[in-house]
Amino acid sequence: MKFAFTDEQRMLKDTSQSFLAAKSDSMAVRAACRSSQHFDAALWRSVCNDMYWQGVLVPEVHEGLALGWVEMAIIMEAAGERLLTSPLFAVTQSTALLNVCMQSAVRDRCLEDIASGHIVSVALTNAVGSWHASGVSVSDSGDGLTLSGEARFVPFGFAASTLLVVATNKDQSTSIWVVQSDAVGVSIEHTPTLDQTRPMSEVRLEAVAVGEAQRLSSDAGQLIEQVVALSRILTVADQVGVAQASLDISVEYTKDRSQFNRSIASFQAIKHKAADMMVKVESARSLLYFAACIADAWFAQEATDAALQEAAYMASACASDAAFFNAGSGIQMHGGVGITEEYDIQLYFKRARSTESYLGRPPEMREAIACQLLDGGETWS
Amino acid sequence: MELTFTAADELFRQEIAQWLDENLRDEFAEVRHRGGPGDEHRFVDERKAWERRLAEGRWTCIGWPEAWGGRGASIEQQVIYHEEYARAGGPGRMGHIGDTLTGPTLLAFGSEDQKARYLPDIRSGQAFWSQGYSEPGAGSDLAAIRTRAEFDDGSHQWKITGQKVWTSLAHESDFVFVLARVDRDSVGHRGLGFFLVALDQPGVTVRPINQLTGTAEFNEVYFDEAVCAVDDIVGAPGDGWKVAMGLLGFERGVSTLGQQMLFQTELDEIIRLAKLNGASRDPEIRQRIAEAHIGLRTMRYNSMRTLSGGEDGSLSREAMIYKLYWSSWHRNLGKLAMDVLGPDAELLEEGPYELTQLQSLFLFTRADTIYGGTNQIQRNLIAERALGMPKEPRGSGAH
Repeated sequence: MKFAFTDEQRMLKDTSQSFLAAKSDSMAVRAACRSSQHFDAALWRSVCNDMYWQGVLVPEVHEGLALGWVEMAIIMEAAGERLLTSPLFAVTQSTALLNVCMQSAVRDRCLEDIASGHIVSVALTNAVGSWHASGVSVSDSGDGLTLSGEARFVPFGFAASTLLVVATNKDQSTSIWVVQSDAVGVSIEHTPTLDQTRPMSEVRLEAVAVGEAQRLSSDAGQLIEQVVALSRILTVADQVGVAQASLDISVEYTKDRSQFNRSIASFQAIKHKAADMMVKVESARSLLYFAACIADAWFAQEATDAALQEAAYMASACASDAAFFNAGSGIQMHGGVGITEEYDIQLYFKRARSTESYLGRPPEMREAIACQLLDGGETWS
Repeated sequence: MELTFTAADELFRQEIAQWLDENLRDEFAEVRHRGGPGDEHRFVDERKAWERRLAEGRWTCIGWPEAWGGRGASIEQQVIYHEEYARAGGPGRMGHIGDTLTGPTLLAFGSEDQKARYLPDIRSGQAFWSQGYSEPGAGSDLAAIRTRAEFDDGSHQWKITGQKVWTSLAHESDFVFVLARVDRDSVGHRGLGFFLVALDQPGVTVRPINQLTGTAEFNEVYFDEAVCAVDDIVGAPGDGWKVAMGLLGFERGVSTLGQQMLFQTELDEIIRLAKLNGASRDPEIRQRIAEAHIGLRTMRYNSMRTLSGGEDGSLSREAMIYKLYWSSWHRNLGKLAMDVLGPDAELLEEGPYELTQLQSLFLFTRADTIYGGTNQIQRNLIAERALGMPKEPRGSGAH
């Protein structure tokens, strides 16, 4: 039993943090949010060329690094800490989806595209905001199959060259299709959001013609559940980073800020708030790395679907609470300047809110756990 | 990152589990699951006999070096020992203080003579210890100790005068270690001594403290020129604080997973009742049960991080949050138990004041967030030591 980073993992954490400290500081994040592209394409190229983060989960045969979920969590945590405004989550979610699909030519090509720096996004969510039901359906026009409908909250869809579209078949089963974003009938629109560091899109498909060769999976209902769980774990990593940074910058601020001839960090009212924030973030971190270990075990077929689901529910409930509590408390600790545009705590506050509702809020996670514990569901292990 | 134990450790698990299965039965069947927090005053003689049975199997003091009768068990093995002990329903350990506090303190700071005189009886379950830190005027501010130890040149021994409080099971113990002031004019951490004192003597009076549960596990201990031999001070006069703090550092978290197993038993019982009486359909209760489940799992992985930490014994960030986390969680669990029971939570097991286990849990967990460093003191420690925030300015006249 060694629930601690290896030397290599510690090194990965250090290099990830120093890369982002240099490339994704406050100025860079704000510039990316303001830009007409909604992100900094040069920074993304640097992420891909210098760090190769887009390839972390891609299998070696497809030019990836084939590292594990602990490594990915380390990187995503660093990204959250620095409010990274790049399609890293989008391509990693796509990689997770592709990794759980059966091997096929189109799947392999997508993985290779990702490894070479192309942006690929998952179009999963339907118009009423359910996280694992599609708003796109498959129809057979007689001339061949077409996809129609819309998907919302598609991460970085506006910048994607390829979309992995989850669609409902005629018999209500679920299929997944690879669709080029410039295909006829595809329209993608950037959705202005409260949190500008995680830009989203709305994707509309109007009778987009697809062929069998573009199909990743024809019966993907179960698979999508696991992709959502894996996506939650990635989001949790981001939230742990947000929670940590919110604590760190707020404590620093209170050390510098003097009132009543004392550093306000010396007041217990402030210290106890900070201590509670640390309890939140360390707890979320423990569940994050547990969930990352379970994800690795699940891919190695050493953990059940239910175990993966449970790990993701628990970590998500905890990390969503931690990120929002810490960022909200951080604003309070900053006092008046906490609500100004100038200080970064507001950016963390917005990212905490957007990640909190993305893929389900804590009460939904807890209700899922309660179902298992109280309604005689199957056991976890 | 590795979440599972090695094959060798799993063999060790089988060994202790099998021993417990073979021994925690017959005359010891009645002490299973007894004597834990809130129940410490029960089955005292039977639990002392159980200590001697444990000793026969070499299952006391397993973390001590083999030279002193221990097993030199690794951190992992100690974790497993506590887990299996809890799983088997092993009773609250009467030898706990001697095993985990007195012993390691003597091993680290004691003279060879002290080790030879005290360690064998602790290990064999013959001698039972209690601790004398807190005083009526020295709770959170532990360094405000006023109990005095004066060296009497005539009788050539120490004489101790003062009062200690919250001394669990003092009336059932043979010895108490006492932190007392050797230098009358000293304040704060300086001028203290760490004394090994026999309880059965005219200068010592033990008085139980009646608790809100209607039971009494804690005591006040009065010292009126109680005697302590010249060679029963650990370390030099004036080193008492160093010795006492070293002792607090011995808790490396090996018992945390075992503690969590007891918590799991309590949570399982609450879930069972909720299903039985329909509280499981209440959306608010459902959220809180799920929250409790998540909290307990969080504790487990927090502990595993701590246990996987550096060998130097320094407290990691996740170790520093442990007390605050478990005590708050456990207190909330007590309230959840009452809310699951609803109006029936009021009904006693029997009169005049026999509590059910869950009522006892509810009331006694209010102590969890106070003893061993209140939640407020824990937050100060986290803020000051982990986050580097400035220390609280001390009141005038303090240390």
